[in-house]
This record gives sequence, C-alpha cells and structure tokens, in this order.
Amino acid sequence: MLNYIGRRIFQLIPVLLGMTFIVFLIIRAIPGDPAQVILGQQASEEAIKALRTTLGLDNPWYIQYFEYLKGLLTGDLGESLRTRTPVADEVWPYLAATIELSVFAIVIAVIIGINAGIISAWFQNSWFDYLAMIIALIGVSMPIFWLGLMNQWIFSIELGVLPTTGRENVRDPVDVITHFYLIDTLIQGNFAQFSIVFKHLILPGTALATIPMAIIARMTRSSMLEVMRSDYVRTARSKGLKMFWVVYKHALKNAIIPVLTIIGLQMGLLLGGAILTETIFGWPGIGRYIYEAIGFRDYPVIQSGILIVAFIFVMINLLVDMLYGLIDPRIKYD
Amino acid sequence: MGDRKKILDVKGLKTTFFTDDGQIPAVDNVDFHIREGEVLGIVGESGCGKSVTSLSIMGLVPSPPGKITGGEILFQDKDLTRLPEKKMREIRGNDIAMIFQEPMTSLNPLFTIGDQLREAIKIHKRDWSKKQINDRAVEMMRLVGLPRAEDLMKEYPHQLSGGMRQRVMIAMALLCDPKVLIADEPTTALDVTIQAQILTLIKNLNEKLNTAVLLITHDLGVVAETCERVIVMYAGKVVEEGPVETIFKDPQHPYTRGLLQSVPDMRFKKDRLYSIPGNVPKPGTIHTGCKFAPRCEFAFDRCINENPDLYQTADNHKTRCFLFDPKEATAHDRTAIKS
Ligand SMILES: Nc1ncnc2c1ncn2[C@@H]1O[C@H](COP(=O)(O)OP(=O)(O)O)[C@@H](O)[C@H]1O
Ligand SMILES: [Mg+2]
Repeated sequence: MLNYIGRRIFQLIPVLLGMTFIVFLIIRAIPGDPAQVILGQQASEEAIKALRTTLGLDNPWYIQYFEYLKGLLTGDLGESLRTRTPVADEVWPYLAATIELSVFAIVIAVIIGINAGIISAWFQNSWFDYLAMIIALIGVSMPIFWLGLMNQWIFSIELGVLPTTGRENVRDPVDVITHFYLIDTLIQGNFAQFSIVFKHLILPGTALATIPMAIIARMTRSSMLEVMRSDYVRTARSKGLKMFWVVYKHALKNAIIPVLTIIGLQMGLLLGGAILTETIFGWPGIGRYIYEAIGFRDYPVIQSGILIVAFIFVMINLLVDMLYGLIDPRIKYD
Repeated sequence: MGDRKKILDVKGLKTTFFTDDGQIPAVDNVDFHIREGEVLGIVGESGCGKSVTSLSIMGLVPSPPGKITGGEILFQDKDLTRLPEKKMREIRGNDIAMIFQEPMTSLNPLFTIGDQLREAIKIHKRDWSKKQINDRAVEMMRLVGLPRAEDLMKEYPHQLSGGMRQRVMIAMALLCDPKVLIADEPTTALDVTIQAQILTLIKNLNEKLNTAVLLITHDLGVVAETCERVIVMYAGKVVEEGPVETIFKDPQHPYTRGLLQSVPDMRFKKDRLYSIPGNVPKPGTIHTGCKFAPRCEFAFDRCINENPDLYQTADNHKTRCFLFDPKEATAHDRTAIKS
C-alpha cells in the first residue's frame, strides 16, 4: 500500500513539472511587464530597468524557469513580485478560504446528491424520481454565475436574509487561528460569529454545489438502479432485512464506487470553478489571489498558485483511488 | 408419509408480469403442497415459471412489473399473499429461507462471510448476544462442511470457490432453523462433482434438521437422487405430480416422458441424448388448448381446442393430459405412450 502511494506520487512529478512549464510560458506570453505595473505609467525607463534587474526579469526565460524549478526542489514557491513576501507565507489564508468554501459545497452536494439519487432509484418512476431528475437536469445546465446573481438578488437584496459578499462581518472580524473560519469561531466558542460566518458560506456554497450535486444525483441513481437488480440484493431481502438497510447498506456500498470517481473529479472542478464564484461573491480565496496576481503580472504567484491547485487536484484523485481499496476488498494495490 | 402435516399449501397461485408487451402469466393456477420434513422437487425447462413460483412464496417477485394476481399461499394458517410486508419480513429467512442459482453473485462482494452470516441471525434474534450469534454462525458453517470455519468468517466471497459459496448460502439459509428451505437450482452453476456434494448435503441436512425442502431444478437426475415427491411444470402450469418412483417408472404426461428421455442416465440406455422438439412457448402468447400440444407427438384435436384438467390417475399421481381423462380412455390408445 505505502509502496503504491509512493509510486503514484513519484508518477505525478513529471505531470506537475510539465504543467509548471506550460503555465510559465503562457503567463509570459501575456503582454505587460511586472516592473511597469508595479511602478505605474509615469515611471522612468531607468527605474523600470533597475527594478527588472532586482526582480531577475532581465535574465533569459529559461534561466528564470530553471531558477524557479531549483526553488521548488527546495520547497521554495518563489516570492511575490508585488508584496516581496514569499508565496508560501502569504498563500495560506487564501487557500484556507477556498478549501472551506469547496468543502462546504462538496458536503452539500454529496449529502443531497447521493440521497436524492438513492431515493430516486429506490422509488423508480415515482413523482419524487421525476421531480429530482428534472431538477438535476436543470442543475447541470445552469450557468453558475447566473444562479449566483439570482440568489444574491433574491436572498440578500430582496429578502435581506443572507450577506451578499465576503466571508465575515468586516466590522467584527474573526480572530484567525487556522483561517478556517467555521473552525476558528467554534474553537473560540463564539457562536454568534460562527452563525455569521455560516451565513456567508450559504450563497457561494450552494451556487458552487449545484452542478456537482446534480451530477452526483444522476450518477448515484443509475448506479443504484443497476445494483438493486443484483443477486446479492435479493439475498439480503430474502434474509428478512428491512428495505432501508438493503438499500443503504448492501446496495449503497456497491453503488458508491463509481460515484466516488465523480466526486473526486467534481472536487477538482470545484477548485477551478471557485475563481468565478469567488469573483461574484467577493470570496477572498485562492482563485481571487491568482486572478489579482494576473493583473499585476505577478509571475511567481500565478505559477505557484496554479501549481498548488493542481497539486490538490491530483492528491484528491489519489485519495479517491485509496478509498476504492478501503471499500472493495477485491482491489489490491501492488 | 402421507400423514405428515402440510406445512406449505399453495392453492391456485397466479403470478403475472405486466410488461409493455402485455400481461405474462408466468405462474398460472399452480397448486401444490409440502409436508413437514419432505423434499419436494419442481422440474421443468427453463422459463416455465419455477423461479417465479419460489419468489412468490418468498414475497420477492420483482414488482413492478410482477404481481401475485390470484390464489393463496398458506403457511401456518396465514395466507402469505395477503400478509403485510412487515409480517412477511419476519417469515423470510426465519421460517422460510431461500438459496439461489448463482452462488458466485448471491453474496455481497463487499462484506465478509461472517458479517453476512451474523446479519441473517441478528435480523430475527434481536435478544441474542454477540457471542451467541457468532457461535451459531460458526456452528452452521461446520454443519455444512466448511473447513476452517473461524478463518472463513473473516474472508470475503471472492476468496471462496463456487461450491464453498453455495455452502455458505446454505448455512446462511439454515441459521434460524427454517421450516421450509427453497433451493432454486442450487447446483446448476456448479461443476458435476460439486453438484453431487451439494445435493448430498441438502439431503443430509433435511434428514438431520427435518427442514422441508422445495428443490427446484431443470434436471430430473437431481430429482431422482434427492426428492420424495415431484411436480413437473410446463409454461406456468403443473402438468404432472407424483412420488418420484412413480414418475420415473410410470411417467404419464408426454412432457414428463420427454424430460425423462433427455436425462443422461444409465437406466435409459440410449446412443444419443433425446431432446424434446420445439421450445417452451413464450409466456403471454395467446393460446387455447394444452400449452404442450404444439410439441406433443400424441396431440389430437381436443388438445388444440380445450384446456386439460389435472386428472387423478392413481392414489397420489395426477396428470394434466387428455390421454388420462377417464372420459377419453377408449378413444385413444394410452398404451401407445408407454412403449
Ligand atoms: N422480471 C420479469 N419481467 C418480466 N417477465 C418475467 C420476469 N421474470 C420472469 N418473467 C417471466 O416469467 C417466466 C418464468 O420465469 P422463471 O420463473 O424465471 O423461469 P424458470 O422456470 O427458468 O425459473 C419467464 O419466461 C418470463 O417470461
Ligand atoms: Mg429459474
């Protein structure tokens, strides 16, 4: 098992390396010069030139790339050109914000999606089944930004029950410990603040959860329908087991395996989709961090930001592969 | 033998599938009973309604599209066809248990043998301790001849051979001392030597535990070795019923004779294996007269126009064939069929 994990991680190195290279080239193809952006339109030629030298931008691109890789090997993600702070030191608050939002969204998507899929399959062709599948069909084809804006309009502007943007009440900021605000407020026992933070999560969380939820519901339904016809489900019923346990124990454990793959992929897409949601909802996450860095042509931040997101994505998929093994004793890792 | 109590009495059972192509009467007015401790065989070619009969008894007919549309299934003074699901669950796996044709897929691949056995006990014996449950499972595994019972409890189905899995299924079915065990083609998917072992096991357990067995098979050879009484089904109907020796010595229905001729057995010396010409009619096809008539070499005009009853031909021998209608006796030479 450990051997397998080690080998999988080793195999990821060339993938991530190739990705850094492509990102490196693409961002340098965007017109604009970081030194110019930092110093502004009025800056003199000499000042810009001097800054380019300090930032190491006058080296040929392959030297710059090599320097960047050398840094990565020692765990150095580079330094922001704008703030002159190591990326590794300033990225965590943003990353934590995104993780909190994504996990919140995926938990909603998984709980509702899986249960809707199960009940639809259990009561196939019932009104619940039809309704759930129509909603799921609308869900997958819904443009997220439109849903987000509509929800903002209904719930914050018209009804005034939920905040429009941000993670917290700016006049009463959270005392950060882990930067996961739900956890931080809980540790401090500050339930009023916890509830405020929670309310901030609802609109972006549901907007982000909609598509994965619909996809998970549909996948769960079709997987369950297949499993419910199997011989071992009939055996479980022939023992006198309650239908609820036949469905939620015997059938679900088998049906969940293909759904896990989908959940893993959706979590990756969620991280990517976060950029859009974070912009609409003013969420100070990694998407916003990278987005703003693009405006400043802050090359190291863009590169390392994307590298971190990609790394999380591949790790989630590795985790899903390990979960298969936990669920299915027939899968052997060697 | 005749004075043992009837434990399961099926009367006029009708099970219909409502499909897009119309109604399919998969089981059509079937009557039979099983007595305490008896082994009753049901034979017939595949598709004649054997599995649907057994699933009807268990209350497990896939629904939709299937539904019991008539008759009754009497068990301990209760009509199972009218029992609410909750009461039916108390009977399933407890008073009436079932094993299936496909040992390879009948166990859940993701749970250990132990989990699946213990679960079968827990459902019905809520007041048993963990240890009692575990001991019972191990005891049952030994009884069905599984070696290393304690180790096997921790293993998963894929680590066992087909024969072992079928033994596990038998053990699982017998955990709560059922009065009736329904075995739906328990050996069809196994290879020949294992088949014989499983049949011997079922026969021995029947004698040791006095569990009545409803043994379903398409193979008369299996019936000869295991059963006391047999009913022959064709296209959803019982066409012949009697003690095993009688059926083998004096088969009456042309279909039964055809089945017997196709048994590869030393008692019937033949160069080539016989097989009945034609196929089981697709259920649901509209059809008057005897359903076997199109394949029957003795069919005459009446067979095509009328439905035969089940005629009593001896004390405990019945046949659904006009050749055995007492009113018909002179018109057709019954001896022709005996040759
Ligand atoms: N789920 C089903 N849907 C529709 N028809 C079915 C279904 N199951 C069984 N039948 C019908 O019932 C007939 C008898 O099936 P079955 O009892 O399984 O035969 P066998 O004697 O081989 O066990 C089949 O020929 C089929 O037409
Ligand atoms: Mg069958």
